[in-house]
Parts: sequence; C-alpha cells; structure tokens
Amino acid sequence: MSAPAERARVEFLLRMGDNALVLGQRVAAWTGHAPVVEEDLALSNVALDLVGQARLWLAYAGECEGLGRDEDRLAFFRDANEYRNVLLVERPNGNYADTMGRQFLFDAWHVELLRALAASRDERISAIAQKAEREVTYHLRRSGDWVIRLGDGTEQSHALMQAAVDDLWPYTGELFRSDEVERELAARGEGCELEGLHDAWSARVAAVLAEATLVRPKDGWMHAGGRRGRHSEHLSYLLAEMQSVPRAIPAERW
Amino acid sequence: MSEERSGAWPLWEVFIRSGHGLAHKHVGSLHAPDAQLALQNARDVYTRRNEGASVWVVRSSDIVASDPADRESFFGPAESKVFRSPTHYTVPDGVKNL
Repeated sequence: MSAPAERARVEFLLRMGDNALVLGQRVAAWTGHAPVVEEDLALSNVALDLVGQARLWLAYAGECEGLGRDEDRLAFFRDANEYRNVLLVERPNGNYADTMGRQFLFDAWHVELLRALAASRDERISAIAQKAEREVTYHLRRSGDWVIRLGDGTEQSHALMQAAVDDLWPYTGELFRSDEVERELAARGEGCELEGLHDAWSARVAAVLAEATLVRPKDGWMHAGGRRGRHSEHLSYLLAEMQSVPRAIPAERW
Repeated sequence: MSEERSGAWPLWEVFIRSGHGLAHKHVGSLHAPDAQLALQNARDVYTRRNEGASVWVVRSSDIVASDPADRESFFGPAESKVFRSPTHYTVPDGVKNL
C-alpha cells in the first residue's frame, strides 16, 4: 500500500480512537458523582466500553503507523494538538442534561458510522466496528431515553435539556464533513464518507427531540477543526488530568 | 445520592435468568423512575459480569408477601408432615420405575 494511503488510515484510526477515549474520560469523571447509584454504574459502564474501544482503535493505529507506539503511548504521550477527536466529545460534562445531550448526539452519529465501518474491506476495522456497534447501540438507547425523559419531564428539566441541545448543536456539523482522510478510506472500501450518515442521524435525532417536546435548533454556523488537531481549551485540561500519572512515571506498569 | 432524591423514584425488584438457568432468580433491587429505565438500570447494575440472559423487573409495591408474624401458622404445620416428602418412603426391592 502507498505511503499516503497508509497515513490516511493511521489518521482515521486516531480519529476513531480519540473520539472514544476523550468521551470515555469525560463520562468516567461522573463516577462517584452521578445523581443516583444506578446512574453511576450505568455511566461507568459506558465509559469503560468507550475506553475499551479506544484501546482497540489506537492499538491498530500504532501498528499501522509502525513507529513502535502502542495504545498507551498514543493515549498518554500526545498533546492536545495531536489529538484527532471531534470537538463535541471534549465539551465539558456540565449538568446531567448537558452530559446526556452530548452523549445522545454523539451516539446517534457513532452508531451509524460503526454500522458503515462494519462493512469495511479492512478486516480489523470491520471487527472493531462490529464489537463497538453492539455496545454503542445500548449507549444510544440509554442516552435517547434520558433526553426524552428530561425534555418531557418537569419545567426545569425541559429548560435544561433544551439549553443543552442548543449549546451542543453547533458542534454537530463537524460530524458530517469528510476531508481527504475519509475520502481516501472510502475510495479504498475501508471507510465511508461522513456526509452519507447525515440523513439517518438527522431522522433519529428529530424523532427523539420531538418525543422529548424539544425544539430542534436551526443549522447555523458550525465549529470544526477537532479532527485536524485544532481543539477548544477544554481538551488540554482533560488531557492534563488523564496523562499526569503516566508522564510522571513513564516506565511504571499497573 | 441523598435519600430525598433517590426516594422520589420507586423501588423495583430485579430477577435474572442466567444463561444456563431455567428460572429467574431474585438478585436485588434498585430505584428507577419508570419500567423502561428500571430494566436498563437492572442491566447496568446486575449483569455487568455476564450474569444474565433475561431480566425481569417488578415494582416492589406490587409484590404481595407473607407476613413474618404469620410464619408459625403458615409454615409450622408442614414441619411435622414428613410423609409428604418422597424420601419418607422406602422403595420395595424390585421396583424399577416409580
């Protein structure tokens, strides 16, 4: 395979791994702080699923890259500008509506992407996508249920849920804009173009928002840049916390 | 997780059938705002280590239970009736099918 094609695949795998890793780290921060113990466990399960997925994507990225970096090296020794996650997943946890809104908008996209990747000609990508898709299908069921319950709940929960969706909406545009990386993988039958995921995502989001009695925000100006390493300030703080121990004692093993 | 906040959600009893089991067994209880989330919470709280193939949840308030105070009159009379157990009877020699 040509060098540019190989580079595109590494880049793509980093994007997949970093999405899962950053969101997993975000959600894990709820552990011990969720409103009830049942939610605490459920969120921890979601976080662990995502970190597990990140591990598989990043391990494969390291192998394709061929520089001897394993998944831990990639997770703990890259700075924010080397991270390739979408901006949506680095949004702060905020309140429960913010966390569930972020999760729902991401899950609804993630599940469509993983379903498309399950058909990848690259066996490894296909296998990881199939495993992750089963987990994410459940994540989506939970996050969608919470958006509906909070939106169609009390006056206060409705207001908070609407505010969360409004606040997060400008971060959804980036999810559907392919660049040369996605196009290269799509051309090789290993990946897919993101534009093709929009209709299914949009239909599902519209259905859930309607059931939640929430207003779907208008598509206006959208943030972008996360997948190319241009991040909000929030990512640096998240990474500082996540990476501090391995960076302080790099040779240490669990 | 204050009492007041979780107290606003009703209590549910959780029953799980394991992969090999024939019957659902009571495994514990949890709080949830409605049936659907009770089922999902049960999945997240009680089947994390692959314990289950099927989950039932039922509102704790919908369970009709015997009163511990009735124990003697409910269950006491059966104690002395050993002839109701199959092991009470000796099987005569030569009987193949019983």
